[in-house]
Amino acid sequence: MAEAVVSAAVSTPSVAVPASLPVRAVLPWAFFVGLLALIALYFVGAEQGATSLFAGENVHEWVHDGRHLLGFPCH
Amino acid sequence: MYGSTVRSLLVRGMLAGLIAGLLAFAVAYVAGEPPVNGSIAVEEAQAAQEAQEAGGHAGHGAAAPAGGEEEEAVSRPVQSTFGLATGVLVYGVALGGIAALAFSFVLGRVGRFTPRATAALTAAAAFTTVYLVPFLKYPATPPAVGNPDTIGKRTTLFFLMILLSVLLGIAAVIAGRRLAPRLGNWNATLVAAAGFVVVTGIAFAVLPDNDDAIKPGFPAALLWEFRLASLAVQAVLWAAFGLVFGALAQRLLAARPAAAVTPADRTAPSLG
Repeated sequence: MAEAVVSAAVSTPSVAVPASLPVRAVLPWAFFVGLLALIALYFVGAEQGATSLFAGENVHEWVHDGRHLLGFPCH
Repeated sequence: MYGSTVRSLLVRGMLAGLIAGLLAFAVAYVAGEPPVNGSIAVEEAQAAQEAQEAGGHAGHGAAAPAGGEEEEAVSRPVQSTFGLATGVLVYGVALGGIAALAFSFVLGRVGRFTPRATAALTAAAAFTTVYLVPFLKYPATPPAVGNPDTIGKRTTLFFLMILLSVLLGIAAVIAGRRLAPRLGNWNATLVAAAGFVVVTGIAFAVLPDNDDAIKPGFPAALLWEFRLASLAVQAVLWAAFGLVFGALAQRLLAARPAAAVTPADRTAPSLG
């Protein structure tokens, strides 16, 4: 993440810094989408593993291979 | 007006995440399924052996240690195609959306980068902090390897490691920006990166290990093959996301009157 600070390598005289977007405009989207995305990731990564919202094994079994290959602890 | 730009970036991020997810699914199917199947075969062989040994002793019925031979709710062919695709695509779209919003925050705030370069750096940073660093401490494990009794502990540590790594990455970027006026961009970046590595290393040393995650006797070559495949899936996912989203964001923002990007950029068609 820290490499994001480099600027000399990419900048040329013709490149202007793109205008930044106001935080006020980004924040509501970030909050709502972040929440939805985390719920989706929970179902892919952890449901019916460490914790269960739904009984049974179907969610776990359905995303089983993806969970392993994406790096989540599975069982 | 800015809100609609953020919305447009979000839509493009999820779309890029979907495309990246499709490519990652192809890699997962081709490179990842063979070691997954190999691990399940090892698991079944071990379970069969245990059942046989237990059957030899009086008292233990074959039913008691039948954990490995559980009736599967979802068949292997479905798990390795539709199931795998569901997992990878949901992951791609969800993280594509989050990454697009992270991009919206950092655009124009981390240096003189075009939208395309900002997208590439955002994707590289996400790959490093969300996957690579946690993977170095708690690597992906194939089926049959984990001890079910410790799944709670392992899941907690894994998510904790992701959170810690992302926060450290953000801190490193902020520190780099603060140091840049004094040290210059190059040296400030080096100092911030070194700080990230050192603090991450301390976290690795302090956090508990997952020694019990791997059963003794599990084939090392199979484990290596699986972990390489897992790394490839994530590397392809984030590389594809960075490139696709970068191209889409560049076109979108070049069309935005307020954003002065390079004159070399073609006047893009207006994309809503």
